[in-house]
Amino acid sequence: MSNRPPQPATTVVPDARGRFGPFGGRYVPETLVGALDQLAAEYAKAKEDDGFQAELAGLFRDFVGRPSPLYHAKRLSEQAGGAQIYFKREDVNHTGAHKINNTLGQCLLAMRMGKRRVIAETGAGQHGVATATACAHFGLPCVVYMGEEDIRRQKPNVFSMKLLGAEVRPVTSGARTLRDAINEAMRDWMASVDNTHYVLGSVVGPHPFPQIVRDFQSVIGKETIEQSLARLDRLPDVVVACVGGGSNAAGMFYPFIEHAEVKLVGVEAGGRSDSPGDHASPLTFGQPGVLHGSYSYVMQDEDGQTCDVHSMSAGLDYPGVGPEHSYWKETGRVTYESCTDTTAMQAFDACTAAEGIMPALESSHAVAKAMEIARSRKPEEVIVVCLSGRGDKDAMEIARLKGIDFG
Amino acid sequence: MSAIDQLFEQLRSEGRKALMPFVTAGDPDLEFTSEVLQEIVARGASLCEVGIPYSDPIADGPVIQASYTRALDKRVKLARILEMLTETTPALRAPVVTMVSYAIVYRYGVQKYCDDACKAGIAGLIVPDLPVEESQGLAGLCRERDLSLIQLVAPTTPRDRTLQICETSSGFVYYVSITGITGERTELPDDIVEKVTWLRSQTKLPICIGFGIAKPEHVKLLAPVADGLIVGSAIVRRIAEADRRPRDEVLREVGDYVATLLAAL
Ligand SMILES: Cc1ncc(COP(=O)(O)O)c(C=O)c1O
Repeated sequence: MSNRPPQPATTVVPDARGRFGPFGGRYVPETLVGALDQLAAEYAKAKEDDGFQAELAGLFRDFVGRPSPLYHAKRLSEQAGGAQIYFKREDVNHTGAHKINNTLGQCLLAMRMGKRRVIAETGAGQHGVATATACAHFGLPCVVYMGEEDIRRQKPNVFSMKLLGAEVRPVTSGARTLRDAINEAMRDWMASVDNTHYVLGSVVGPHPFPQIVRDFQSVIGKETIEQSLARLDRLPDVVVACVGGGSNAAGMFYPFIEHAEVKLVGVEAGGRSDSPGDHASPLTFGQPGVLHGSYSYVMQDEDGQTCDVHSMSAGLDYPGVGPEHSYWKETGRVTYESCTDTTAMQAFDACTAAEGIMPALESSHAVAKAMEIARSRKPEEVIVVCLSGRGDKDAMEIARLKGIDFG
Repeated sequence: MSAIDQLFEQLRSEGRKALMPFVTAGDPDLEFTSEVLQEIVARGASLCEVGIPYSDPIADGPVIQASYTRALDKRVKLARILEMLTETTPALRAPVVTMVSYAIVYRYGVQKYCDDACKAGIAGLIVPDLPVEESQGLAGLCRERDLSLIQLVAPTTPRDRTLQICETSSGFVYYVSITGITGERTELPDDIVEKVTWLRSQTKLPICIGFGIAKPEHVKLLAPVADGLIVGSAIVRRIAEADRRPRDEVLREVGDYVATLLAAL
């Protein structure tokens, strides 16, 4: 794979079998294949259906508050000293992150398929809240699987999900984080697939999820292109996004793929160190393998067992990554780097103080990398960061990490 | 012809059915796994399914998950499992099938896994997360080596797709009795006999039914329509006792349980 010269990345992926180059596919129990086929078929129809697209666009405008602003972070740019940093403000979306773009779309698909029950996994709780919100909006019963460790570090979101009428089921297997929550949601789906839709929260999992989630999130990149052209009369020089499963990054990058002049940078969680178990950077330190139904970069041992990973940010604390990111890495279209807990926390502080914007810890990884890139670039150059979510959910965890007791 | 083809040919000619217990490799350790395999075959099991522990098993319920976790916590390695099988299979009078995630097979090397499985005396593979569309490469390698690649049909599988699965499966077809994960059930779906009877009319391959089977009543109900029955969690749950009770006692109980099921066959 890596010894043949990479072909340039195209946007006409995945193929009918869910392949982005060699990556992706569908490694799932036979029990789920029928439902995935049904989902792929329904999505293909919905994509061409003006009524569906208009309904989703209406929800984006009136319910989510789109388009989200493109904001010039002037003081942060000055502090970084170099290029101009802009934020694509997914944090001001209803529910405070990009996740709502996907959950509304998928719940519409669930209803088209006649599936009246919804399940989801969540790490940071943002996807759980966004799913619970969409379900409340449409009147669908909702069960969210969440690892116990994530329930601890994202308490405010757990409470919100319950207020929104969702049942939050704690997951106690493995490291009790996002990966285990996906396992449990898949197991629920194995038994409930006839009447239940699984709203997967990132561009991971078996085909067609990576494609569907990317497409629903692509509104981020499309708006960024329109806003850049309208405001700056040109495209940005660099676009930066954090990568957990990779949905905010995929939604931001995909519309830019064919604009080869725009440099795209994905930022993984560097955690405590480069040692195995201390980070969550499969694209930087892992190798291709199979996890959660898809062939992509992953952190595994030599037997194919998934490794434990670490990030202070629950939304990035995942050993795998969406297959399209592996494809973009392999083709060289996107550069992937990692950013440590400490550097991300410094960026959180800098951004909060200089801009009055508290980024989510996930997004803080992208802000940190943007500040670093800005330093090596000229003042007339433009860097857009996908500010994937707001940091309110992290306030208590940040206090704990900083050793502050606020009662 | 693989060892599994031969087995079912013989069983069919004698009008007998197969019982195929499932054991997790390395729970509580590989030495005991080997002893259990010998015991269940001595008690009359026709085939053995050996589960290769995996960190993220999506089709498995709490009992098998927990056994995988225990085995992995003790750092059981694939190479050691294959060594254990190499030592155990020559004296076993029953073919061994490994149940293994494609995550493991891929990482180990697909061809290497097939080669080493043959060397270890393994007769077939069940790869529960490798649907037919993804299985071409592995199927080719298995064919070259007389390894059976057993495909699964689920209650959610449409009829036309079922036919396609039967065409590519070898050894037998694994009919998954329930829409759900592994684990003992008190009730099996009402339409199960009807579904398997239909499947029977569509393929000459032997049909083995698994998932949920735990009681002699299940065996009585399904034996007439199937060629074999697979019992997992009910065995694994009994083996789990070996961590806190005398091993010979646990071994005997597992053997007795197998004998009870066989009596209903
Ligand atoms: C604010 C925010 N950003 C990023 C992520 C990471 O997910 P993804 O990589 O799919 O965008 C999450 C996940 O929970 C999140 O809540």
